[in-house]
Amino acid sequence: MSGESASSGPGGESSEPSDSTREGAANPTGFRRTWRGLRAHPLAIAGLVVVSLVTLVGIVTYFDDAFLENALIKSIYYSPFDPKFAPLQGPSVAHPFGTDTLGRDVLARTIYGAKVSIQVALTAVLVAAALGSPLGVVAGYMGGYVETVVMRTVDVMLGFPALVLAIGLVAALGFNLTNVIIALGIVYVPQFARIARSTALSVSNEEYVDAAKALGYSRPHIVLREVLPNCISPLLVQASLLMAFAIIAEASLSFLGLGVQPPTPTWGQMVSDGSGYLTSAPWISLFPGSAIFVTVLGFNLLGDGLRDALDPRESADRRF
Amino acid sequence: MNYRYIAIRLLQTVPVLFGVSVVVFIIIHSAPGDPVVNMLGIDVTEENVAELREIHGLNEPLYVQYVNWMGGILQGDLGQSLTRERSVTALIAARLPATLFLAVVSMLIAIVIAIPAGIISAVYKGSGSDYAVTVGSLTGISIPNFWLGLILILLFARTYSFLPPGNYVAPSEDPVAALRHVALPAVTVGTAFAALLARQTRSSMLDNLNQEYVKMAKSKGLSSRKIFVRHALKQALLPVITVAGLQFGYLLSATVVVEQVFAWPGMGRLIWSAVQQQDYPTVQGTVLVVATLFVLINLVVDLTYSYLDPRVSVS
Repeated sequence: MSGESASSGPGGESSEPSDSTREGAANPTGFRRTWRGLRAHPLAIAGLVVVSLVTLVGIVTYFDDAFLENALIKSIYYSPFDPKFAPLQGPSVAHPFGTDTLGRDVLARTIYGAKVSIQVALTAVLVAAALGSPLGVVAGYMGGYVETVVMRTVDVMLGFPALVLAIGLVAALGFNLTNVIIALGIVYVPQFARIARSTALSVSNEEYVDAAKALGYSRPHIVLREVLPNCISPLLVQASLLMAFAIIAEASLSFLGLGVQPPTPTWGQMVSDGSGYLTSAPWISLFPGSAIFVTVLGFNLLGDGLRDALDPRESADRRF
Repeated sequence: MNYRYIAIRLLQTVPVLFGVSVVVFIIIHSAPGDPVVNMLGIDVTEENVAELREIHGLNEPLYVQYVNWMGGILQGDLGQSLTRERSVTALIAARLPATLFLAVVSMLIAIVIAIPAGIISAVYKGSGSDYAVTVGSLTGISIPNFWLGLILILLFARTYSFLPPGNYVAPSEDPVAALRHVALPAVTVGTAFAALLARQTRSSMLDNLNQEYVKMAKSKGLSSRKIFVRHALKQALLPVITVAGLQFGYLLSATVVVEQVFAWPGMGRLIWSAVQQQDYPTVQGTVLVVATLFVLINLVVDLTYSYLDPRVSVS
């Protein structure tokens, strides 16, 4: 019996062809089961569409910036000496979201802002998941001193309101894209560690883990091949919901002037720029603010849908 | 009252607070650059720098600086601001009431809106009210608070003069004016909080409405109203209290941003201006005080929970 064949718990994969053939459509693979669960929730699908669109825009903008010198999305940076300089213009055909105080197209900058938001949120959540999940799994599986040290550290980290800790970290590291990612990544490590630990605690008592132990597999093997893969579902849900928080946190830092610095456009910074022109040019704040709202709503809807699909105990009846 | 639980929870708080102080100290002292040079500017002699470093104890090894800082904290001294002619303790004492007032009013607004909304949503599951609470809750969680604040200013403060856009008035000076001035910032901070509480209340209420004791009460012929109020609601509110307490940290985070929108002279604005001015002792002190508040509030929530539900144990 191979190590893989011992993984027969939720989300686990079987290496025996006969098993997968026998299960067939009645017990589909993790991805298919998740997709089926998601399809049952129209709001989750709406969330998935929004998230996919924003991510696609972010990717296109990334390539435009990195390789095409902003050829696709022009007038992100606008010179006041340009003959076309037209500040504080309301929405029109030429500028559907209007222009800001420096005559820059708000639509172009809102599109560009998607790149920073998605880049920061995705990378920060990945960093947090990559650090927090193994820590939590090891703590949950090993117990004893390892668990005490890891969980007390997590308790200390959770002793800080998230944004306050993020502000402290960026104040120490400096205000730029990389440091915002590092700060938010560190802030969200405890969230993953806690969930990974509690899941690992229950997974450790499953029969397939006992089987792996009886077969003489090493602890690292059992943690990496048996326990960790079976903790993925709740971690995936947490990642989706934390993406929403990370987007708001990045926007909040930018709004306070403590995030990615100008002239790189970010949604939070654009809302802040327009706050002085609320009555004369509300579009400067309104459109990037709407972009944050719609994106965060998309991630929240997707996260809720994923939770319903991956965790049958949390049925949709009990929540919104 | 479970005194053993209280004693253990109090003891558990001590290492967390110690850890919080160590983390704050390490973060702030890992900042690049010399705070003294930043403070004195470009035209500065080495003697000036050395003198100021001596005054602020920055020549000492890091662990000695930490011990000195902790020694000061235990005597109520959080150090001296690098950019203002005041102690950090005095700065915080002047700003803390405004933040606490904003946080408490936000919490009250959220509770008053969220708990009835969550109950109605659970009791009339699948109805129009349930749908309205669902949509409202999702919107509340997803809307960035600084943007909501700006929209509220645009909608209300510019039109109705009785709802000014912020500017703190102490409740002890003029309670009515204080409430008028705190209304918009508190709604801004409380919106996401209300959304979270409404979700929790609904979920918890639905759980309890399906319990055996509720079915038993129904079979005894008790009225629906009595069942909801006397049985289900009482039990359902226990986890809501926990969530409310745990989310107080969110309120403190939210005030940092919202204080900026409404020019609210609280801890958030103090942290923000201290970060901008690289006034590290002030950043260090304010972050420590906010984190300590957060830890202590969580402790109070835990103790309240153990009082309300004696089954709660340390494990």
